[in-house]
Amino acid sequence: MSHLDAIPLWAAILIALLLVAGSSLVLIGSIGLVRLGSFYERIHAPTLGTSWGAGGVVLASMLTFSILGGRPVLHELIIALFITITMPVTLMLLGRAALYRDRAEKATDEPPKRV
Amino acid sequence: MTKLIPHPLLSLTLLLVWLLLTRFSLGQLVLGSAVALVAGGAMSTLEPEKTRLRRPLLLPGYVLRILRDVLVSNYDVARQIVTNAPRRPGFVEIPMELQDRNALALLAIIFTAMPGTAWIEYDRARSVLTLHAFDLDGQQDWPGFIKQRYEKPLLEILG
Repeated sequence: MSHLDAIPLWAAILIALLLVAGSSLVLIGSIGLVRLGSFYERIHAPTLGTSWGAGGVVLASMLTFSILGGRPVLHELIIALFITITMPVTLMLLGRAALYRDRAEKATDEPPKRV
Repeated sequence: MTKLIPHPLLSLTLLLVWLLLTRFSLGQLVLGSAVALVAGGAMSTLEPEKTRLRRPLLLPGYVLRILRDVLVSNYDVARQIVTNAPRRPGFVEIPMELQDRNALALLAIIFTAMPGTAWIEYDRARSVLTLHAFDLDGQQDWPGFIKQRYEKPLLEILG
């Protein structure tokens, strides 16, 4: 842990807050994934982790290594970018599969009918 | 210009990603530019649908607003999961004016990243978008809200 001593207190507090906020969002998202009632509701929960959950951790990492390295370290942004542009593919695929299933089974409570 | 750089936005993005992944130096700038240009050229043989940004200066403000809205939405959904407060999930159908494929893809990313909404289906024949809302009572007028806040600025940017 010795090299982390180089981080000033204000930055350490900020980094800790970002990390805790980010990982809390991931945790709450995972709890939601287990607890929520319907499939379509459960689609919403993991996006907590993939949006600002990951965002908080990425910001914390950028801040830490920028201060330690003495120069701006920005390549974590690419992680955020790739998570953001790939996650919709999975979720849309799941959502549309559920929609197709519900339409085929003529589930009455869930999806809107195709006109 | 358009012959040499057929996809300026794509090439620019690739160059930025290249420079982020490597340490910034003149050599990497040249190498990254070459890769970006070749990739842009390769892209045009796929003949993708082209999107022109008529007012690109509006884009940063739009992105910042999205980041803020996603943050607020994160908080709302996290609170609702933790408190288990009563809410009314359900589907919303929104008639869309936006036709551009790339812009629709961008909207799909936005609505998926937003924890309160999930992109379920876009019916091209009817131009109707189906969203699933985590809490229908979160907004008074869902179609109006979505169109005013997210679709209209995109239409302005595309011109």
